[in-house]
Amino acid sequence: MEKVGIIGVGQSSFVRGYPGSIRELAFEGFKEAMEDAKIHTKDIGASIIASAPEYDKQRSPAGVIAEYLGLVPQPTFYIESICSSSSMALRVAYSMIKAGLHDVIAIVGFQKMSEISSGESQERMGRGADIQWESPFGTMMPAYYAMYAKAHMAEYGTGEEDLAKIRVKAATYGQINEKAVYRKPVTLEMFADPESTMSATVAKPLRVGDCCANADGSSCIIVASEEKAKALCDKPVWILGLGAASETVNMAGRDLLTGLKVAIEAGKQAYAMAGVTPKDIDVAEVHDCFTIAEMMAYENLGFAKPGEGKDLIGSKETYKEGSIPVNVDGGLLSKGHPIGATGGSQIRTIVLQLRGEAGEMQVKDPEIGLVHNIGGVGLYGNVTILGR
Amino acid sequence: MAKKEVDDRFKRFGTVSFTAITKANDFISYLEKGKVMGTRCKECEAIYFPPRSDCSKCLQSNMEWFEVSGTGRLLSFSELKYGPVGFEEDLPYTIALLDYGDYKVFGRISKDLPYGDLTVGMELRTESTTLPNGQLSYVFKRP
Ligand SMILES: [Zn+2]
Repeated sequence: MEKVGIIGVGQSSFVRGYPGSIRELAFEGFKEAMEDAKIHTKDIGASIIASAPEYDKQRSPAGVIAEYLGLVPQPTFYIESICSSSSMALRVAYSMIKAGLHDVIAIVGFQKMSEISSGESQERMGRGADIQWESPFGTMMPAYYAMYAKAHMAEYGTGEEDLAKIRVKAATYGQINEKAVYRKPVTLEMFADPESTMSATVAKPLRVGDCCANADGSSCIIVASEEKAKALCDKPVWILGLGAASETVNMAGRDLLTGLKVAIEAGKQAYAMAGVTPKDIDVAEVHDCFTIAEMMAYENLGFAKPGEGKDLIGSKETYKEGSIPVNVDGGLLSKGHPIGATGGSQIRTIVLQLRGEAGEMQVKDPEIGLVHNIGGVGLYGNVTILGR
Repeated sequence: MAKKEVDDRFKRFGTVSFTAITKANDFISYLEKGKVMGTRCKECEAIYFPPRSDCSKCLQSNMEWFEVSGTGRLLSFSELKYGPVGFEEDLPYTIALLDYGDYKVFGRISKDLPYGDLTVGMELRTESTTLPNGQLSYVFKRP
């Protein structure tokens, strides 16, 4: 079967208050991916632009960004599934290449969250839930994930400190990732210290330290047909498996509160397509928008049995030296979460890991990597498996 | 010529409503009468909460209302210390999900039920309420 390969990856630094416009922000990730792929804009057959709408005044950002990147007159369009937009765009690019429509496609994810205030941002993110039946109660992303945390704690005895350990790990790697927005260490003591901002409650039982850092950023992934990838690239990374699923928007429609069904379903699809099992994964990027989200990801992806995620982080198996390193780039928690750029950044991390180019964050000789990227509160789920 | 009346009752739902017009507008009139209602499909008997006007099981649109009654099991909850724009006055408040068996209800815990008294698995009931700003909603209370 014809494969689809990744031939270039790039991302901007994830920052607070990017001093430029969205097209300039998109340029940063794109330029790095183009220099990585060592190709010219004329080699690209189409571009897919991914972000979450509502942050920008610009209507239909694809055209503006494609023009700024020099990708006119090639086709360009916009893909949106909130926080998993760029993984969904990768899925679409894969199918377009398999169909033979194009042989090289650029996926550009971006988000300039600082266009609006933090309160407005929370309100908009809350509206990624059911605006008719839930938003009138004053819902927000942290509160929804907090409900999952509470249910997980009640079912499995998971503790707040188990969640805090995930943030401590994220900060360990955020410190060594020069593109991360949060570069400082976080300790368990900070979670216990009422004077520390990390310990302040956001939505019980989640605290500031359990929540990802908002950021501005862009990412770019360049994919190519097998023939093109082999011709253009010394070390292509192959897309081995793709999974995607959706879940009810309204919490009232859900029958699992201790995990995300979209992750379980998308994971199953991706493992089956790639012909691998969780044991075969050497390095993973999971969607840790909140610490509980990473805990559930361990269990939903089969790295740990349901309820045993706390043991996996407790024994540091998800650290760089462990049996299944997870988010060794700082994750969304410390690297930052510029919504539309996040999936592309996760994919970039895994591609660099598989090429052995992850620098200080490099895990030992990985062959197969996994990306778990979730949109909304488990509303959309994408799992992508990559291999050398 | 008289101006056509717009049925925008749903703008009265919750602290801030983001929807004004829906075929489920009668939900608001029931709330006014003290009733929290879901819908049942007359064709295939599928039960919906929140109420739907169209059945996704049989694709018919022949619904009847039923009242949310008795108690539901508290599946999970969270107390918010920060709220979205427009909800600052309500803080802190607790959102929750109740399981009634055939359906679930998402909403808020009544202010007179302290967070410390809540445990996953306890039984609560759903009651309509008028909010301080005059909007209509429902809350979860002790049976
Ligand atoms: Zn029906």
